[in-house]
Amino acid sequence: MGGSQPSTVTYTLESSLDSVNRVEQTAEEMARKAGLEDEEVFRVAMAVREAAVNAVLHGNAYDPEKRMTASFEHTADSLVIRIADQGKGLNPDSLPDPLAPENLLRGSGRGIFLIRSFMDEVHFRQLQPGTELTLIKHLGTARSAI
Amino acid sequence: MSMKIKTRQVDGITIMDCSGRITLGEGSVQLRDAVRDLLSKGSKQILLNLGDVTYIDSSGIGELVSAFTTVRNQGGDLKLLNLTKKVHDLLQITKLYTVFDVKDDEASAVASFARA
Repeated sequence: MGGSQPSTVTYTLESSLDSVNRVEQTAEEMARKAGLEDEEVFRVAMAVREAAVNAVLHGNAYDPEKRMTASFEHTADSLVIRIADQGKGLNPDSLPDPLAPENLLRGSGRGIFLIRSFMDEVHFRQLQPGTELTLIKHLGTARSAI
Repeated sequence: MSMKIKTRQVDGITIMDCSGRITLGEGSVQLRDAVRDLLSKGSKQILLNLGDVTYIDSSGIGELVSAFTTVRNQGGDLKLLNLTKKVHDLLQITKLYTVFDVKDDEASAVASFARA
């Protein structure tokens, strides 16, 4: 990784927490190899974990027949991570704002918010079936999300 | 890797010393069960020591909120102690830092609970 040619690794994984942990670990290693500071490594790994949890839990609902696909690409100026599930699809515009006073004490609903907070770009694409999230971290322009 | 919880009593306050990860499938369920267990035994003044919690995800954050509301709904109180920078930052961006009563000194935290 890190040369002029982009390198991409793709995994097709079962819908399990082990897969979530594996994807998180891969993201952490990738971010570290890209030379990101510890804080940014943590943010990238956490955003990817949250995307994987969404795919496995909300998308595939732990269905053993459904798979999560995770691809990791290190381009010259970015880390691009794509997480796809085979679930019913996700409309990001329909998600309640977790910072709204009426939602602050909800026990869930913060995953996508954290992904958006920690990555530079987040894109949603509807698949047939499923959802693909593309998470992008620009290299050399690490910003503070907090 | 998974979460560990040790419980002790100080001046009538239950302190839960948590260590490890509070995440989906790891610490979240343990935390929920431990809080329920305490409530069932009548311990409603709870200080959650997160000083050795190395990682928390959105499920873990949700579990903290659920624990807080569950304890409050039963007439008790739940406060947080010794946040690491990561947990502190996560509570800041999710606007939960002002929801929780966050302490950084155990003795004053224990003293801050209302006594029955």
